[in-house]
Amino acid sequence: MKKLKPTTRSNIFTYGALLIIFTVVYILNNGGVISNNISGLLIPICAYVCMSISLNLTVGILGELSLGHAGFMSVGAFSGVIAASALRNVTDNGTLQLIAAIAIGAVFAAIAGAIVGVPVLRLNGDYLAIVTLAFGEIIKNLLNNFYIGVDNSGLHFSMKDTASLNMDKGTVIVNGPMGAVGIPKVSTLIVGFILILICYAATANITNSRTGRAIKAIRDNRIAVESVGISVAKYKLMTFVTSAAMAGMAGALYALNYTTITPKKFDFNTSILILVFVVLGGIGNVRGGMIAATVLVVLPELLRAVKDYRMLMYAVVLILVMIFTNNRKARGLIIDPAKKLFGKLIPKRGKGGDANG
Amino acid sequence: MALLKVSDIHVSYGSIRAIKGISFEVNEGEIVTLIGANGAGKSTTLNTVSGLLRPTEGTIEFDGKVINNLPAHKLIPLGIVLCPEGRRVFSHMTVEENLDMGGYTKSKQENKDSLEMVYEYFPRLKERRSQSAGTLSGGEQQMLAMGRALMSRPRLMMLDEPSMGLAPILVDQIFDIIKTLHKNGSTILLVEQNASAALKIADRAYVLETGHITKSGTGQELAQSDDIRKAYLGG
Repeated sequence: MKKLKPTTRSNIFTYGALLIIFTVVYILNNGGVISNNISGLLIPICAYVCMSISLNLTVGILGELSLGHAGFMSVGAFSGVIAASALRNVTDNGTLQLIAAIAIGAVFAAIAGAIVGVPVLRLNGDYLAIVTLAFGEIIKNLLNNFYIGVDNSGLHFSMKDTASLNMDKGTVIVNGPMGAVGIPKVSTLIVGFILILICYAATANITNSRTGRAIKAIRDNRIAVESVGISVAKYKLMTFVTSAAMAGMAGALYALNYTTITPKKFDFNTSILILVFVVLGGIGNVRGGMIAATVLVVLPELLRAVKDYRMLMYAVVLILVMIFTNNRKARGLIIDPAKKLFGKLIPKRGKGGDANG
Repeated sequence: MALLKVSDIHVSYGSIRAIKGISFEVNEGEIVTLIGANGAGKSTTLNTVSGLLRPTEGTIEFDGKVINNLPAHKLIPLGIVLCPEGRRVFSHMTVEENLDMGGYTKSKQENKDSLEMVYEYFPRLKERRSQSAGTLSGGEQQMLAMGRALMSRPRLMMLDEPSMGLAPILVDQIFDIIKTLHKNGSTILLVEQNASAALKIADRAYVLETGHITKSGTGQELAQSDDIRKAYLGG
């Protein structure tokens, strides 16, 4: 057998693991083994895993901090919902609506990413963090004032109230602070899973290519990168826009899983939650971030039993994970024996830092 | 006509004026060195020529074309490359990946040929081609930084303190390689604190003091000048 590159092997391992996990979950879910609470979380998990991959691209691989990633998710969510609702008049096929919504969500989030990125990514320093923080808030407040409806003559838009939409027996899609209402609930687990695969594959491809090496080099060594003739601003923008587009896709998937969704859902806390996925999974460690996203979305549901102490327990678990992943002695207790046990199954990490390094 | 012509440039870091009107030339095929003490403005000059800094006044011409307003990454295709101070290799990448980054603006075929050439200059790098660059010794990292600069097939190569932090025997090695490059026709602008070594190999030299050029001449002239010997060569 031809010897594969370590990065290729580790990617094949990840795809395999994802496929197995998905198949098991899918069968269990259809068989009714998974409780209703958790089953309802499966699509949000897919969306948050994509968000985690997306933010890892910006924070871990590009080395820029984004504190408003929920803003891009929001742009994707609302443009996706509008697209899906408008398409209801054209087709009854839910999957088609969903795919169109995800594509439109990606495009609009990418445009938003470019608007934020073009001026800011030319600068050195933490400006992106500040600007994205503001961007998240601006998007939230802007969407709070949007009224959008659809009738036979097309989309109607207003920033005053629903009456000023001047519709002829149409339906309201976005109703200001009430958010998007009457959303077609078309998200499916399979599409969610495919989206994770797309996001992971895109990230793995970017990071393991020549371009990816240039991007990671910008993070590590900006001056050297400029001195070998690589345009820093261009590559930063490219990565950031890709990351924003992924967030937009995740947003569309997330929104179309509910009948209503408010702009408030995508506030600063959500941005921080996504950042926690990335930090907890290990900055730049895409697979770790995916696991962290899954665990942290499920955890509050599992902790429902302890009621009032839920958030307290949540914090304790976070701290314990930090200790066990970073403290040598604590690692020795749990992680190393586990490595011994599963070491043969898990391929060694590739040299030179891959998507998972 | 001079390959690189710097005329009366001023450079400031905010309100601090680091370079106060310096002019110099580098002709095709020459080694020109800028020497001077710490803070004289040597690295600032190189960073300005390579587009990392902008002059507030004055012009920089390369091959008859004004280049002051071009960003750093646009200078590589023109043929100017900077081998930055402190080596700055990409420590997480392998030696070969580092070299590949050096030829980022070139085609695959060109890079294949350049890679052979670089390995000829630095056989040590060939031995360590798949080792990650962060694990190389200081001297090897300097070789890698120079090799990476060579990958873009520069017409003018600027070296910023190539001997910094190296053992004397390695300094000799690096300077031997610079001499070989020169013999093979490369044009080199060298910034050094190790004035005696730099003057030995330089065709011409300029002495920088607090943002001004105080002296210029051939390498030999300056190496024998009393002022220079007192100030930089230790008597």
